[in-house]
Amino acid sequence: MAVLRVKFSKTKRDKLAQVLWILNWISVVTGVILFSLGLFLKVEINKRWELMAERDIQYVPNMLIAVGLIACGINFLGGKICYDCVDSTKFLRWKLIMLPYIICTFFFTFCVLVGALMCYGMRSELEEALTLGLTEAMRFYKDTDTPGRCFVKRTVDMLQIEFQCCGNAGFKDWFQIQWISSRYLDTSRKEVVDRLRSNVEGKYLTDGVPFSCCNVNSPRPCIQQQITNNSAHFNYEYLTEELNLWMKGCRQALLDYYTHIMQSIGLTVLITWLFELSVLTGVRYLQTSLENVLRQGDPDSESDGWLLENSFVETARTNMNIIKSLGKCNKIDTGNNGDPNINIPSTSTAHYGPDNVPPKQIPVAS
Amino acid sequence: MAVGKVTFTKAERDKLAQVLWLLNWISVVTGVILFSLGIFLKVEIQKRREVMSDQEILYVPHMLISTGLVACCINFVGGKICYDCADSSKFLRWKLMLLPYIVCTFFFTCCVLVGALMCYSIRSQLEESLFLGLRNAMRFYKDTDTPGRCFLKRTLDQLQIQFQCCGNGGFRDWFHIQWISNRYLDMTSSHVMDRLRSNVEGKYLMDGVPFSCCSTFSPRPCIQQHITNNSAHYSYDHQTEQLNLWRRGCRQALLDHYTGILQSIGLTVLLIWLFELLVLTGVRYLQTAMENVLRLGDPDSESDGWILENSLAETARSNFNIIKNLGKCYQVDNDPNINVPTAAEQEVPSRRVRIPVDS
Repeated sequence: MAVLRVKFSKTKRDKLAQVLWILNWISVVTGVILFSLGLFLKVEINKRWELMAERDIQYVPNMLIAVGLIACGINFLGGKICYDCVDSTKFLRWKLIMLPYIICTFFFTFCVLVGALMCYGMRSELEEALTLGLTEAMRFYKDTDTPGRCFVKRTVDMLQIEFQCCGNAGFKDWFQIQWISSRYLDTSRKEVVDRLRSNVEGKYLTDGVPFSCCNVNSPRPCIQQQITNNSAHFNYEYLTEELNLWMKGCRQALLDYYTHIMQSIGLTVLITWLFELSVLTGVRYLQTSLENVLRQGDPDSESDGWLLENSFVETARTNMNIIKSLGKCNKIDTGNNGDPNINIPSTSTAHYGPDNVPPKQIPVAS
Repeated sequence: MAVGKVTFTKAERDKLAQVLWLLNWISVVTGVILFSLGIFLKVEIQKRREVMSDQEILYVPHMLISTGLVACCINFVGGKICYDCADSSKFLRWKLMLLPYIVCTFFFTCCVLVGALMCYSIRSQLEESLFLGLRNAMRFYKDTDTPGRCFLKRTLDQLQIQFQCCGNGGFRDWFHIQWISNRYLDMTSSHVMDRLRSNVEGKYLMDGVPFSCCSTFSPRPCIQQHITNNSAHYSYDHQTEQLNLWRRGCRQALLDHYTGILQSIGLTVLLIWLFELLVLTGVRYLQTAMENVLRLGDPDSESDGWILENSLAETARSNFNIIKNLGKCYQVDNDPNINVPTAAEQEVPSRRVRIPVDS
């Protein structure tokens, strides 16, 4: 009882082969697209490596790059096969390779699906990486004289300007960090010393933010210092003032940005997966119909094509048996040995079936 | 004495016609490129119209756009003509149009050259426009409550951040302008009143700049207020401090930006002009060669092609005479067909000659 049996005439088979040839070449193009999407994602993540803590997120773009390259290779081969399938004589060249090719491609499409799902699943790891990375970056903001960290200030400033965000979750994060280096603090002044003594760790904390937090949409000049002090500025109400600084946190801004990229990439990969699956189905039909034509002997006759020769359950059972026998062929079974070629002298009572009549000795072929 | 005379066999003429057909189609593509360069320049100028005092420099992109469109049409017609010129019989269709077409295209290539030269020459006008535009924008920086000017603060801040510049010629321009609105000044404070009274126009001037002047390369947090006062900040010397604010003026930054764009566009247009001239020369050779073939009568024979039939001086002279005669034909003078009875004495008595007049 074949699964989804379809009859193919000669012209239909030729048409199918031609269409599949074109579709395989389109799949090569989609493979290139997958590869470049993976490359793009890798570049985007590496651009902001300074703001991300060490987390294993590189596996997603690497997976996409590998899948893209393999897709190009597989579909290029598929194109060649389908091109030759129009001619029955050339098909004989590929006859033995085709079934392994179809099985490999089937498992490969699983990889494509896994790649698509990974894009959606990366979000939580990315959020963790960004939270830790931004905390570290803000902590090292003032260390412009420490080698290895001297560009963190610039990176954070450009990030806040470009993504229109301030701090990790909001601008108040800057209140808990000393972002002004001690090199620029006059420690002979009383108020500086008071501030340094006012907290346990001896940090110079202020209710001020760097200039990159300033909102360009504000109608008034930017208020960066003494933000929570209403009396320090004329006509200023800290709790209702929304336009003075960027209200969004940089973690949220970056997460939104990367989530948007990954959702677009994930969608493209899903569509590519569906396309690959349809091409694979077509190739399977072509393979089975051409094999049936060869079996019938007449290259111009009609033939059947199917997805599976027997029902799904039977095919699964047959394959399991094949795998079991593959496993068994290395074991020498002392019991009911079905192999008549091995003459094993047994000391135990042999059981010769229901009559218990010992069989005649079969001459051993040398 | 023909200028640039070249002999063409039949095969060479056909080859020339085919090559010119291809080149004309490439010229259509370059016409499209010219058009899109004009559009790009127009968009770039419009993007920053708020910091430019006048938009007269828009005539350059308009010129490029119209030249591009005309180039597409002219070369499309040229392509059709050259395609037909491979066949002598079809050439007869175009025979009368070809010379006017070549003359028009010649004047058109002059327009392309003028367009290229314009790209290089508007620099001074652009500088003037930017100077005045930036000065006005800075003056209206504080007027975020005045309709029509409420976005100037944002435009100027984004400009200074993007182009990494400050002020018109430098950051000191902000010291001469009141960029903090009176709405945010506490008029009851004596400190504020002193400042307002300290200058003739009653403006609140200070040695401070907006936050967008801050340089991201600075190792220390940005110093925006009391810039010239060394004692207001620890370990700070405003004479030697280079990294705190952007040093470049926005006029210079924008000028460099636009000059770069205009030079690239000018170079491209010059290359397109040379290409058009080349195609025109080929079409002229094809036209003269085909006309000589028709004159000789045998379509398969060799013929000469040239750029000008006589030398340049003679051609110029004969053209002037044609133009003079065109002007004269409205004057009633020396026309033997008109019998003008004169009252003045005839110097030479002439016999009356009967001239048969064709009716």
